[in-house]
Amino acid sequence: MILEQLINGLTLGSIYAIVALGYTLVFGVLGIINMAHGEIFMFGAFMGVVITHTLQLPLALAFVVAIAVTALLGLFLELLALRPLRGKKGVSHLAPLISTIGVSIFLENLAHHFFGAGNRPFNTSFSEISVQIGSVTIYAVQLVIFAIAVLLMVGLSFWLSKTKAGKALRACAENLEAASLLGVNTKKMIMMTVVIASAMGGIAGILVGMAFNSVTPQMGLTMGLKGLAIIILGGMGSVRGAMAGGLILGLSETMIVVFGESGYRDAIAFIAIIVILLVRPQGLFGQAAPEARR
Amino acid sequence: MLSVNNIQTYYGNIQALKNVSIEVPQGSIVTILGANGAGKTTTMKSIAGVLKPKQGTITFLDEDITNKNPDELVRKGISLVPEGRAILSGMTVLENLEMGAYQRKGSIKQDLDKVMERFPILKERQSQLGGTLSGGQQQMLAIARALMAKPKLLLLDEPSMGLAPLIVKDIFQIVKEINEEGTTVLLVEQNARQALKIADHAYVLETGRVIKSGSAKELLKDSSIKEAYLGH
Repeated sequence: MILEQLINGLTLGSIYAIVALGYTLVFGVLGIINMAHGEIFMFGAFMGVVITHTLQLPLALAFVVAIAVTALLGLFLELLALRPLRGKKGVSHLAPLISTIGVSIFLENLAHHFFGAGNRPFNTSFSEISVQIGSVTIYAVQLVIFAIAVLLMVGLSFWLSKTKAGKALRACAENLEAASLLGVNTKKMIMMTVVIASAMGGIAGILVGMAFNSVTPQMGLTMGLKGLAIIILGGMGSVRGAMAGGLILGLSETMIVVFGESGYRDAIAFIAIIVILLVRPQGLFGQAAPEARR
Repeated sequence: MLSVNNIQTYYGNIQALKNVSIEVPQGSIVTILGANGAGKTTTMKSIAGVLKPKQGTITFLDEDITNKNPDELVRKGISLVPEGRAILSGMTVLENLEMGAYQRKGSIKQDLDKVMERFPILKERQSQLGGTLSGGQQQMLAIARALMAKPKLLLLDEPSMGLAPLIVKDIFQIVKEINEEGTTVLLVEQNARQALKIADHAYVLETGRVIKSGSAKELLKDSSIKEAYLGH
């Protein structure tokens, strides 16, 4: 039972981590919370439903379509909701937060309109395949989810630390003006960040569809709030923090089930976050705000 | 090489530059002097494209660059080392230098070796985070990073600020050497005496206007400059 829940926790946690990475990339570069990230994630999940269930096409294609559609949503988010508010005189720093909330409401209603309000199933050809090791059952779908999530995290870390574009993104996250003085086209970099973050949300959407076999237009809100909690836990803007925070939340949610308190699953997970934040208010990998140091 | 013609720059409704004209001939060191709030940094930011002047023009190598963005200007050969250095403190010294060459294509190995030879401390600390360096080392890194872009015109905003006198001397020596190797330099300084010693021409700014300009030698002897900026 514990081993099985450990595997469940790792699967769930790695999905959380990917959702949180989308938040943390955008926060790192733009200093804003993208409240539409959860709904972009939900659109990714619905692309999975449309491709695998409605059209009965293979899962690999669902990934491609979800990435393309959510990347495009990210592009629109940047062009229509974020860029018009940037660098303008008299715009409150909360304005982009509000405009992303607007986009999230719009996307949720759009999903209602296109896909209906109910639960939609998600077809994967291998959802019933499992391996029995002793008393532990491992589903193939869990392994696939975990592998994709790990691949994505390793890939992102490598891209950020080793490639020219990745380094430029980190430079932008640290100081936009300094990056532009070094020759980085910050406008392009910001757009790329929002697009990549959104596409990661899309991938996470499909992974959730695979894991729980159910997709609803409301799922964006729940996942969005969890993603938000994770980056606060991990440290705002921290990539490592998002990964660690995601795994911690996923594991604590499932491990609670082991102790028979499944009804308190969400509550206990969030209590754990509160306790960690009492000890480390800047989050696990976050840095104390410069104002606090002075 | 660079000519700034009657620019006026605003922060919101506040006019920081009322009328500034500056000429920087190729191969020279030109310095801008002035008290706090005179508009020195604003002038530099306007040239580098961080701020956009409302009036006036800036031309570089006979091309109008008035409303270009910083990244386009780096490509054209203008690099600014901003006030406060803007070191990327979460990235290593080596990564900072690599970011300096962001616009360049092809191998940068040779130039990396060259700046590390000039600044041995950076070679020693290359895998350390930029934020862990001392103020003087950070200034060296900021200059080295700007050189990685192979600029034709280097803009230096208060490179000696907050540094110990011995290090200040080093920095001015380095600026002189960089210039002798063919890079044109526009230097903003509070340390007027040192700046005038290495400069060819100088401009004095006061509340957003050029109130005096001339050869550095002349200004070193000018009695009103002596009184206001050289301390006796």
